[in-house]
Amino acid sequence: MNFMASKQPENSLLGPESDSQRTLYPYVTGTSVVALKYKDGILMAADMGGSYGSTLRYKNVERMKAIGKHSLLGASGEISDFQEILRYLDELILYDNMWDDGNSLGPKEVHNYLTRVMYNRRNKFNPLWNSLVLGGIKNGQKYLGTVSMIGVNFEDNHVATGFGNHLARPILRQEWHENLSFEDGVRLLEKCMRVLLYRDRSAINKLQIAKITEEGMTISQPYSLKTYWEFSAFENPTQGAVGSW
Amino acid sequence: MPKQQANWSPYDNNGGSCVAVAGADYCVIAADTRMSTGYIILTRDYSKICKLADKCVMASSGFQADVKALQKHLAARHLIYQHQHSKQMSCPAMAQLLSNTLYYKRFFPYYSFNVLGGLDNEGKGCVFTYDAVGSYEKVGYSSQGSGSTLIMPFLDNQLKSPSPLLLPVQDAVTPLAEAEAVDLVKTVFASASERDIYTGDKLEIVVINADGIRREYMDLRKD
Repeated sequence: MNFMASKQPENSLLGPESDSQRTLYPYVTGTSVVALKYKDGILMAADMGGSYGSTLRYKNVERMKAIGKHSLLGASGEISDFQEILRYLDELILYDNMWDDGNSLGPKEVHNYLTRVMYNRRNKFNPLWNSLVLGGIKNGQKYLGTVSMIGVNFEDNHVATGFGNHLARPILRQEWHENLSFEDGVRLLEKCMRVLLYRDRSAINKLQIAKITEEGMTISQPYSLKTYWEFSAFENPTQGAVGSW
Repeated sequence: MPKQQANWSPYDNNGGSCVAVAGADYCVIAADTRMSTGYIILTRDYSKICKLADKCVMASSGFQADVKALQKHLAARHLIYQHQHSKQMSCPAMAQLLSNTLYYKRFFPYYSFNVLGGLDNEGKGCVFTYDAVGSYEKVGYSSQGSGSTLIMPFLDNQLKSPSPLLLPVQDAVTPLAEAEAVDLVKTVFASASERDIYTGDKLEIVVINADGIRREYMDLRKD
């Protein structure tokens, strides 16, 4: 009897078993997160979709979570990796609380921790496939930062992930200013989310807006944005370019 | 099923340019504050300059996550040095440490293009320039990063660098005054911003001299 000999991979530096443990591509993903600083703290928006490739598999995914007393984490990318990150942060906050010393980790510290985690996973060629947005306020100091799956991080007055960088950041650059009121901040975020809804294939019309201030974090009930599809440009999209789509 | 290849890269280029110019009793280190990825600008206000020791400042461009890790690593090593030697590291000492740190990761490099600037133990300006894996050289001036191809020839022309092949070895430290050197750096970045899409937004200039460290900013083109 003749059995097919198992094929050896060309580069067998580590062997096939360890390679099957590494992330190759994401499976269930969330799309853009958009966030901005306003008068009293941070406002962040994300829709509730969990896509499985081109299928809209999950429609009730909360992609923003409170971290400790002072921070709010939003994530796009692989949902299971986001859940793993939440487990890491649970432990981090737990140990911080167990010191019981009156001090608590602020958003800057949590952002730094996340950056280190993402970078170290990238170094091991096994990344957490997320783009994270970390916002918060502690002792009157507002903080808003972001970190990518390969560890690139920075802070700014407004941030976005994925398509948000292309579609929302330009709007925010034009219209954001210091000391936005809550209503103005929400209006600005909704404007960004509406554009994303029109133009991002993986966006869904069911979003939440989260707010974090000195008082704490609140997250809105899921709601949908009013959309208008009767624009003349939508009616006859190829008018200016016959044969196009 | 054939073995899958990774479809992500552990590296990215976040762009930007860095320059350093050494003078008789000062050193000017400058970098733009734009951070980009591909054709997107991530932020217009990110500092590429890091103070490693009292008289030693590093400017780095390239992959930001690696740059940050490198800066943290060097800062930690400097702290240990201070505990062990009760003094600050000199610029030439830090220069060697940076080279060794970069070469340590020769086979998975820090994608970081650095210029180190500061004062040596005699108070004279010194600039060290590096590649991503640690080969370095003491020079009178240097530029690294996305705009370096535009900046370096201009510096060569204005600072009239003597050939390193001449004997006796001539010092490339510029005879220019501090204010003139700062002006030159501003000109250089204004020009680079015109043609290099990754350079712009704002220029951060750090000047080290006997009085200490001073910081200055200048607006650059935002397009």
